[in-house]
Amino acid sequence: MARLIRTEKEVEGRFEEVWLVVEEDPLTQWPSGPQAIVGRDAVRKDGPERVRGEARYTADVQLPGMLHAVLLRSPHAYARVARIDFARALELPGVRAALKPGEAKGLVEEAEFVGQPVAAIAADSLEQARRAVEAIDVEWHVLEAVLDPEEAVRRELFTIEPARYERGDVEQAFAGADVVIEGTYRTSVVLHNSMETHQAVCEWVGDTLNAYVSTQYIWGVRDNLAEELGIPGDKVRVVCEFMGGGFGSKNGADEQTYVAAVLAKRTGRPVRCALSRREENVAAGNRNATIQKLKIGGRRDGTIVALEGEYINAVGASGWSAMTEGPLRMLYACENVRTVRYGAKINTPPMKAFRAPGFVEGTFGLECLIDELAEKLELDPLELRKRNYADSNDGTPYSSKNLMECYELAQKHWDRRDEVRARSTGTWKHGVGMASQTWFGGGGPPSYAWTRVGSDGRITVVTAMQDIGTGTRTAMAQIAAEELGVPLDDVDVVLGDSARGPYATLSAGSSTTPSVGPAVRAAAADAKQQILEIAAQRHDVAEDDVTIEDGVVKSRDGKFATPLSEFLGLLEDAQILGKGARGPNPAGMSVLTFGIQVVEVAVDIETGEVRVERVAAAHDVGRIVNTLGARSQVEGGIIQGIGHTLSEQRLHDPETGRILTTTLDAYRMPTIADVPEIVSEFVDQPDEHLTNLGSKGLGEPPIIPIAAAIANAIRDATGADVHELPISREEMLRALEAAKRKEQRGAPAAV
Amino acid sequence: MSELQLTVNGEAYTVEATVGISLAQLLRETLGFIGTKIACNEGHCGACTVQIDGVPALSCITLAHAVAGDITTIEGLRDHPLVEAFVRADAVQCGFCTPGQVVSAAALVADNPSPTVDEIRHRMAGNICRCGTYPRIEEAILHWRD
Repeated sequence: MARLIRTEKEVEGRFEEVWLVVEEDPLTQWPSGPQAIVGRDAVRKDGPERVRGEARYTADVQLPGMLHAVLLRSPHAYARVARIDFARALELPGVRAALKPGEAKGLVEEAEFVGQPVAAIAADSLEQARRAVEAIDVEWHVLEAVLDPEEAVRRELFTIEPARYERGDVEQAFAGADVVIEGTYRTSVVLHNSMETHQAVCEWVGDTLNAYVSTQYIWGVRDNLAEELGIPGDKVRVVCEFMGGGFGSKNGADEQTYVAAVLAKRTGRPVRCALSRREENVAAGNRNATIQKLKIGGRRDGTIVALEGEYINAVGASGWSAMTEGPLRMLYACENVRTVRYGAKINTPPMKAFRAPGFVEGTFGLECLIDELAEKLELDPLELRKRNYADSNDGTPYSSKNLMECYELAQKHWDRRDEVRARSTGTWKHGVGMASQTWFGGGGPPSYAWTRVGSDGRITVVTAMQDIGTGTRTAMAQIAAEELGVPLDDVDVVLGDSARGPYATLSAGSSTTPSVGPAVRAAAADAKQQILEIAAQRHDVAEDDVTIEDGVVKSRDGKFATPLSEFLGLLEDAQILGKGARGPNPAGMSVLTFGIQVVEVAVDIETGEVRVERVAAAHDVGRIVNTLGARSQVEGGIIQGIGHTLSEQRLHDPETGRILTTTLDAYRMPTIADVPEIVSEFVDQPDEHLTNLGSKGLGEPPIIPIAAAIANAIRDATGADVHELPISREEMLRALEAAKRKEQRGAPAAV
Repeated sequence: MSELQLTVNGEAYTVEATVGISLAQLLRETLGFIGTKIACNEGHCGACTVQIDGVPALSCITLAHAVAGDITTIEGLRDHPLVEAFVRADAVQCGFCTPGQVVSAAALVADNPSPTVDEIRHRMAGNICRCGTYPRIEEAILHWRD
């Protein structure tokens, strides 16, 4: 039964109080541990299509008569379009239409960063559209740009009011601490750089807009477009069956989609608007840079008595200010905590959510600081973490927390450190470091799924969600197959089309499995119940006496056992239809994910080269649905994190705001040659308070602790405190020099 | 426009194409071989990898009219044991880079059916995977004949 509740909704660490219509979630959870299908390895159902190059991405959509749109972008960090003249551009061959500032959402008159779109042209070919854009005459009125986030804070240029948080008495606690350590940590701008760039193809069929969009949220794009175009949501159909990565950067429509929609309307032809890789490196969103001034106070017994943090998020021209202080507030039991976070508005490209926004950055600072405290107190870093274990989230009980079990799983990897350190020879120093992690990832309502069972016994799950590459089709099929008692091969999942299925939430915030999974299970249970009712009538037994196991409908007393496909033959053209909804999150509880990573590194103290040799990860995300897919998520998160820790950095010219790293040659992402040995383990205990599944999300947690764990391993190897990401050779050599000076002053470096 | 003749996956094609068109664009837009992906369009990522006479080539920076040799795209490798090996090892997440990975890997195992980890890392380092499936790609190539 549906009911209306007032609840807190969380996406990517942002909370809002909302009224929600939710449905009851009457199913009891499966017992913990591997089931017949759930909790085991499953190869991707759409693996062959993707590997064979048959999967149709937005980039592969070619419609008859399709035009290509190209955006004109500002060459200035802050400038107003004083005059714009399309005369020359419109005379060029193939040009069909132009949009000036204000004619589509996202095309602005006043550009606030280099690369912000102001106009667009559609032409028969991409090349013609590019040439025409170059022929647009613009007179710019250049304004004074602010590019330094600290200057923005001094001038109180904020994207949002400063966020302040305090508990306990921080001043008094620092005054009473045995040890106080302060440090400033910096993280750089990093880019999602999904392999498929941001793009959309739009066509109008009558009064309906068909939008093929590379997106993590087909319903979000639908609503964005409907609102902007002033048409009902049902007149917008958004399709995304396969998409080439998003990592948080594709949660909304964005200018390329609006421009394609408006130009398609104007020309009466389908229009593609796709970002080039260089545009993607400039204007498709980023993980913003941060500056973190942190302070920790501890007692000799290892108790953390006070934590303080002043955070600057260099948000850019727009975007939101992520909860960078979250880890400092949430990861440890500490009675006295004070934070302030400034969202600096500067004339650089806007941030977008990027895989655990805020927590990746904040965990780097915090977890480095924790190890610096451990060093000062001469305590084992793992022991220090255990001594400050949090039993509640600032007074709110956890729905489940198994971080201690993660620590136990990590122990054997942590115990390798003597052996690892002993590998040091010559200029190569080896060491081991760790960092732990908390994050959201509980998902929430609403999300819905339908099931359809035909007379051939095959089951189709229909839900208008999207699979951004995490293996959603497979996980949803596993859940349905488990509930129905049928082989995984008998289940298909249809998704990625807002007109062909019920609402499902966005694939972001580690929310896909915990949000949609329970709805799929409920829809499968609904269909199963109907099958059992039919079987009971057919065989004249009680419903309770019938089960489905491994695709066979049978009575518990053994009187009959018929393969489902055979039994359902009596349906002929009749179908069994099930529906399911995601129930509410547990009231008054904090639903969080946890984990720890132990990293082994080698550092060449002569050249500053850092090699990550081994990463062991232990994560607690409730029940694991697909153990194979889960290991892939952990590995992927760690590898992406090694990128922002060691090599990735988007640079801009501090004078002009121009982006200097616009190619994949300049912006250096990890290759197969950079990958360490990775061991991943899971606590795999269902969260007994969370839905009929007990699963939390795993997309984000693995990328959170890796940078700090690497930095802590570097300290273990060399005694050097790195305080800045990426840990380039320059930063490594600077930290080694600082450690040498520290040693010369008499403070012994760690060995 | 200028006529050119190509052999793709064993089939001969004669097409009219703009001089200067990249092989990747011609394969995708003119011939419909959409398994060849374009991700950077400037030779930095490997998503567009095809084989020319068995040698991996970045089709996005290869001029179509300059190709002298038989082209093999992912469409010509769909029955290669590597496909099954990639699926089995979960060497695919979003999948946008994966066809290019398979094309590179197929050239590698044709040259050396039992490559070492170091050889795999050397030969596959030009194919970027942003999802980070690298350990699984390594596993798939190590066990491609299993």
